[in-house]
Amino acid sequence: MALKTAKMAEQLELFGCIQCGKCTGGCPVARKTTLNIRSLIYHMLVDSDMDVDSHQELWDCTACFTCVERCPKDVEPAELVISLRGELVESGRVPETVGTALMGIFRQGNPSGMARQDRELWAEGMEETLKRAKQAAKEGCDLLYFVGCIPSYDQRIQPVARALLRTFENVGLDVGALGTEESCCGNEVRRMGEVGLFEMLAEENGELFRGVGAHEMVTTSPHCFNTFKNEYGLDGVDVMHYTQLLAGLIERGELTFSGSVAEGEEKKIVTYHDPCFLGKQNQIYEEPRSILQAIPGVELVEMDRNRERSLCCEGGGGRMWVEGTNLEERLAFQRVEEAAETGAEILAVACPFCLLTLEDAVKVRGLDEQLQVMDIMELVDLASEADSEADSEA
Amino acid sequence: MEQEPRIGVYVCHCGVNIAATVDVEEVAEAATELPGVIIARDYTYMCSDPGQNLIKQDIREHRLNRIVVASCSPRMHEPTFRAAAQQEGVNPYQVEMANIREQCSWVHKEEEKATEKAKSLVASATAKAAQLDALEEREVEVTPAVAVIGGGIAGMTAALDVADTGLPVYLIEKQDHLGGRVGDLNRTFPRLESVSELLDPLIERIQNHPEVTLLLDSEVMQVDGYVGSFEVTVGTQKRSRSGELDERSIQVGSIVVATGYDVFDPDRKPEFGYSDYPNVITSLEMEERLAEGDLTVDGRTPERVAFIQCVGSRDTQLGNPHCSRVCCMYTAKQSRLVREMLPDSEVTVFYIDVRTFGKGSEEFYDEARSKGVRYRRGNVSEIYRKRSDPDHVVLVAEDTLLGKAIDFEADLVVLAVGMEPRDSASSISQLLKLPTSADGFFLEAHPKLRPVDTAMDGVFLAGCCQSPKGIADTVSQAKAAASSALIPLVRGFVPVESATAVVNEDLCAGCGMCVDVCPYDAPALDELWGVSRINAVLCKACGACAVTCPAKAIRLQHFTAEQVLAQVDALV
Repeated sequence: MALKTAKMAEQLELFGCIQCGKCTGGCPVARKTTLNIRSLIYHMLVDSDMDVDSHQELWDCTACFTCVERCPKDVEPAELVISLRGELVESGRVPETVGTALMGIFRQGNPSGMARQDRELWAEGMEETLKRAKQAAKEGCDLLYFVGCIPSYDQRIQPVARALLRTFENVGLDVGALGTEESCCGNEVRRMGEVGLFEMLAEENGELFRGVGAHEMVTTSPHCFNTFKNEYGLDGVDVMHYTQLLAGLIERGELTFSGSVAEGEEKKIVTYHDPCFLGKQNQIYEEPRSILQAIPGVELVEMDRNRERSLCCEGGGGRMWVEGTNLEERLAFQRVEEAAETGAEILAVACPFCLLTLEDAVKVRGLDEQLQVMDIMELVDLASEADSEADSEA
Repeated sequence: MEQEPRIGVYVCHCGVNIAATVDVEEVAEAATELPGVIIARDYTYMCSDPGQNLIKQDIREHRLNRIVVASCSPRMHEPTFRAAAQQEGVNPYQVEMANIREQCSWVHKEEEKATEKAKSLVASATAKAAQLDALEEREVEVTPAVAVIGGGIAGMTAALDVADTGLPVYLIEKQDHLGGRVGDLNRTFPRLESVSELLDPLIERIQNHPEVTLLLDSEVMQVDGYVGSFEVTVGTQKRSRSGELDERSIQVGSIVVATGYDVFDPDRKPEFGYSDYPNVITSLEMEERLAEGDLTVDGRTPERVAFIQCVGSRDTQLGNPHCSRVCCMYTAKQSRLVREMLPDSEVTVFYIDVRTFGKGSEEFYDEARSKGVRYRRGNVSEIYRKRSDPDHVVLVAEDTLLGKAIDFEADLVVLAVGMEPRDSASSISQLLKLPTSADGFFLEAHPKLRPVDTAMDGVFLAGCCQSPKGIADTVSQAKAAASSALIPLVRGFVPVESATAVVNEDLCAGCGMCVDVCPYDAPALDELWGVSRINAVLCKACGACAVTCPAKAIRLQHFTAEQVLAQVDALV
């Protein structure tokens, strides 16, 4: 079935395109797959219909939005990918793994399809703290912590959420949490083209948040942060990524460090990878760096491609659930090699997806002896009071 | 003496523009029934000579003293009909127009309703015409001198043209030297002339011209007055460079603004790494290097040189939607010079469109390519450097003609930075009450017919302060601005609009609300008499003072309450 192009081209305002090629030029997957967003836009403009099925490379897009960042004419090329994916979703022609993830979200509120009642397992050992946070949310609180699916269920990321909750407790922040009532934010759902499900999630979550009445929200993941901030229309709610909140606490002297991430006076060389949903899409470049610079024992070095030029790890936009058309060359491989070249011992990230993809790449490339991938939150935890996880494990 | 109105109504067909939608005969017929109307006619083109003659003949035969023309917008032809009426002894302010084209035939489809609307518009205009007063035409004397703001190639050219007529010119330049941005260039396109050969004779003539008063290190602090008699306050830095200013006041009849442009700051496109890599330079830095004959980077002679077009231009994200008009050509020039200097080098230009509209420009572009410059279609998205190869940078782009994403290694990259409105444009705009267009450059009065005039009478534009342009266009515009600035000076007087606000001093309480509300500084309080007086030369007849005045002491001539109410009454 061929898509009639005219209506979509008009809706997405593709006529502004001057075919300069900055979108495809900057596209991190254009070099390794046949995805050419500039060419797709051109076809949308000059052909009357498009055989969307023949463009399986649409699933290669990571929704990093570099194309949107670079476009000099305010066209949003990535939105075309999302809309075309939507066509595929609507007619059920999606990779099986995407279908499974969407079904999991629909049934259990998370893409892994894990049981909803297990959503609190991340808080193992901190059950009392979580209970107080849930009570606070019930009674109405000012700051709501949105944990997110991956931090709730993935064993590698759960410590990040715990470290965050522990930090809130240490600095005496009164946070609320939703426990098992929390559902997927829908950021990746929208990017996989499932607009209907996204709208349902946004409506239900929005209602839940309004019920708590918080004026501030903080998320573990830049992905949840992005959709709450830019797509939910949460009037009167200041949505923050945790790096913004922590950078503020440090600046005001409310969060201090008694320990260090290194032995004694030594320093660990740390480089930072900008997550696309935090950096390119929301221009949050400095807060994560200011946290790292404040952590004792950290010596921050930069990769050449940093901030606006950061290279996507290839884990976003639904790519967590679909392999794409080129399995051999992974951007994450390239990225961890760039990190290793700086001489860094730690590759710091501030995103669950980046953490998982980059850590995997470090192992596959055999760099695990020299390079460790850690969330900034884990470094904060390590340099904090004696009750940090690393210390208690030690 | 109040005359009994004797009105002639003239309904124009405008070919088919009006007549195809509006029944013009019916409109003319209906007009004969209106109070005061002696005669009503319709005609193919009222603005044509036979059309005007119809009016003139009727004035003579029927002793008409008011004319209503139902045709197009008054913008174009009100002066035409006013002049025709005046020739037959009718006061030009007793001519009224009904716009039945833009406001009727062009925007409606149904003939019956459009005709009814045209009738209403004619009735309304006729009602106003019956009330119109004859106004006296006035004029004021002109100070025979010109101020030119900006000592670049535009300002110098304009100043010399004025001075060569024997009239005095004040050339005001912010910096301590003349030449402006052109002074930063090496050679020009398309003839590869050396810039100093262009500029030096101009500078020398300015410095030695008896009619030019050159004010370097100077800025305009304040501008008072109006066309014909401006008072410009200029602040000149003291020799001590203490930051203190010597102020002086100069009297001129007109002003030429030639304040130039700012160069786009490439750090606003951080993806190009301009501040990070010594291999990435701007086109102006390239001019310097070409002048010095040294293209090395860290001591190495470049082998692969890349040019990136449209940096900071054609970019709505940056708020610069405009094309800077010179970058395509200076890139052709620089790329060709690089090929000539380094015949073994590979020179590539990344572009979106190549624009070569000037005389000799396409030929010059042809030559650049024939010298071996490679043009690749597709603009660069990003530049980075590999740690393993610090001598090169990698240009991340798509060759859109190949449809292929490429990583292009180069050892010297030139960013073709564009032009932006000057940072100081907003303060100049405030001083002179000059409007700017959406792109931030100063707005001309009309893009085609009044390209160097502005909304402010007596203030003219030259060069890149109006929009980006090359040297040839800048000089043309500067010469146009000089000759326009001379018009009031040569005539010796300027006509003053009579349809302005006037104060009835018997009613005025001197509260000053009109002074506060006027955007043109036209009213001023007479301290002695405790009343407001309105400077007719400054008044733009906006009416703000008339509606604000609590004592109803201000009357806006030609738009009086009685006239406007008569218009409204005829409509409802």
